[in-house]
Amino acid sequence: MISPSVILLLGWMIIPLSLTIYFSFLRYNLITPTGNPFVGWENYYWFLTDPSFKAAMINTLVMVGGILLITVIGGIGFALLLDRPMWGQGIIRIMVIAPFFVMPTVSALVWKNMFMNPVNGIFGRIATGLGFEPIDFMGQIPLLSIVLIVSWMWLPFATLILFTAMQSLDQEQLEAAEMDGAGWTSRFIFIVLPHLARAITVVILIQTIFLLSIFAEILVTTNGGPGTASTNLTYLIYVSSLLQFDVGMGSAGGVIAIILANIVAIFLMRMIGKNLDA
Amino acid sequence: MGQIQLNQVSKSFGSVEVIPPLDLTIEDGEFVVFVGPSGCGKSTLLRLIAGLEDVTDGHVMIDGDDATDIVPAKRGLAMVFQSYALYPHMSVRKNIAFPLRMAGLDKSEQDRRVTEAARVLNLTDYLERRPGQLSGGQRQRVAIGRAIVREPEAFLFDEPLSNLDAALRVGMRLEISELHKRLATTMIYVTHDQVEAMTMADKIVVLQAGVIEQVGSPLELYQRPRNTFVAGFIGSPKMNLIGGSEAAKHDAATIGIRPEHIEISEGPGAWEGTVGVSEHLGSDTFFHVQTAASSEPITVRAQGELGLRYGQKVYLSPSMEHLHRFDSKGLRIE
Repeated sequence: MISPSVILLLGWMIIPLSLTIYFSFLRYNLITPTGNPFVGWENYYWFLTDPSFKAAMINTLVMVGGILLITVIGGIGFALLLDRPMWGQGIIRIMVIAPFFVMPTVSALVWKNMFMNPVNGIFGRIATGLGFEPIDFMGQIPLLSIVLIVSWMWLPFATLILFTAMQSLDQEQLEAAEMDGAGWTSRFIFIVLPHLARAITVVILIQTIFLLSIFAEILVTTNGGPGTASTNLTYLIYVSSLLQFDVGMGSAGGVIAIILANIVAIFLMRMIGKNLDA
Repeated sequence: MGQIQLNQVSKSFGSVEVIPPLDLTIEDGEFVVFVGPSGCGKSTLLRLIAGLEDVTDGHVMIDGDDATDIVPAKRGLAMVFQSYALYPHMSVRKNIAFPLRMAGLDKSEQDRRVTEAARVLNLTDYLERRPGQLSGGQRQRVAIGRAIVREPEAFLFDEPLSNLDAALRVGMRLEISELHKRLATTMIYVTHDQVEAMTMADKIVVLQAGVIEQVGSPLELYQRPRNTFVAGFIGSPKMNLIGGSEAAKHDAATIGIRPEHIEISEGPGAWEGTVGVSEHLGSDTFFHVQTAASSEPITVRAQGELGLRYGQKVYLSPSMEHLHRFDSKGLRIE
């Protein structure tokens, strides 16, 4: 009885995957319509030896790592702040979560034009007002700028998950630790952090999956530049197949991205498996 | 040493006063039980002593020194919580060693004390397990182990047995009493179960709405309850409290008679009634008898089986020397 859904799901997944793999072995360029001969591993060879591939790989790692670091640490900080009773906490909690509801393109454009623009942006105005040279965020520090924008968007997610986990911490455990002579720092290290470990792994897993494929934020802000300074793997595939019209090369990049994502997923799953056992 | 004294201690949450000013002295080495219905402030009182709650007014003295402004860790008290509050990600060994680690004791001393505590509490085989792999009783023992390694001035127990099943509870009750006899350290124990209070305590403090109703040894409370609340709360089954004309015959507003001090027979007696529900325990039988003397059914405790049926006519004869008399304010008349 489950065969229809299995077939549907398999088809849904297998057909695009096999087409991508098939295209990756063809010379398939939209501007040279000379037929699509089979070329073996040629596309892979050229994609992997392209200097921008190495740059894109490093950028992807830096982006994912940087954003994870900022959102997890920031999320724990926000969760600790939100966890204490305060005036107007309902509204404050909603406002903290709000950035998550803004579309990536919109928030990236708002950041680019209203905050980070050296002439009109708030940061530029502040720097000029204080007598400093304004920073051209997208020109001078494009990768860091994108990391900041995306971190801002994902911080609410991390905060939400970690805050919920924080609320499920048994208060008696904290009191017991207090009686046992643990100060605030010890309580945080020995009780709160281990309690949050599971939630932190969930945040890391889910965010990694989404952060590996950041695209819109790059497209509307730096276009992957200057040069390849802010090109990640996803953006490089876009450049190959839709700017250089090389479908074969793009497909090869796609297959490589799938393999890399799976390697990351296996590592994360093992890490989480260990953490979820306890 | 572990003498604890409360001087005019009171506690309010916002404008709600949960504990009006109260005095109490707990002598060194005593096993004191705070007992009362839920919400009577007994746990709050314990947390005030522990320092987990700040007193609104008054002073907490430990061994004669004012401990009111001392942080919980420095008061030299150890607490066992209702939920055990074990650290789930640490092994039993690490749980027990945690207070020693926080106190900065060296590793060999930590090991020595943990091994000793584990031996005393029969936990030696479980030291490498996590709390999640232990049964309720074992977790309870780990929580006690974590308390005894600190060698505190006094132990505080906050309803430690309420999460255990009935059979285990009786066993743990004995173990805790045994521990008290061996360590001879002050213990303060909070419970809503008067059986626990009666069986374990040197001194019982009966609380209601934050007010101490009576302080005394278990037998004092049983034999001479100071008011109707204590009379009704201590003893199982509950004391029969009878008002109205029957009480007036004895120059009291309320009279009380315990179920074990009433004789039930088919022959003539003081009160005539009909047998309602009877509870058979084998050794004893509790009869709930409907009489004209009281609007509530009167509970009678009889030894063994009497073979009385539901609806049968019986006579009750209360033993006059065990009659308790209370005035219109509910206070005992001697």
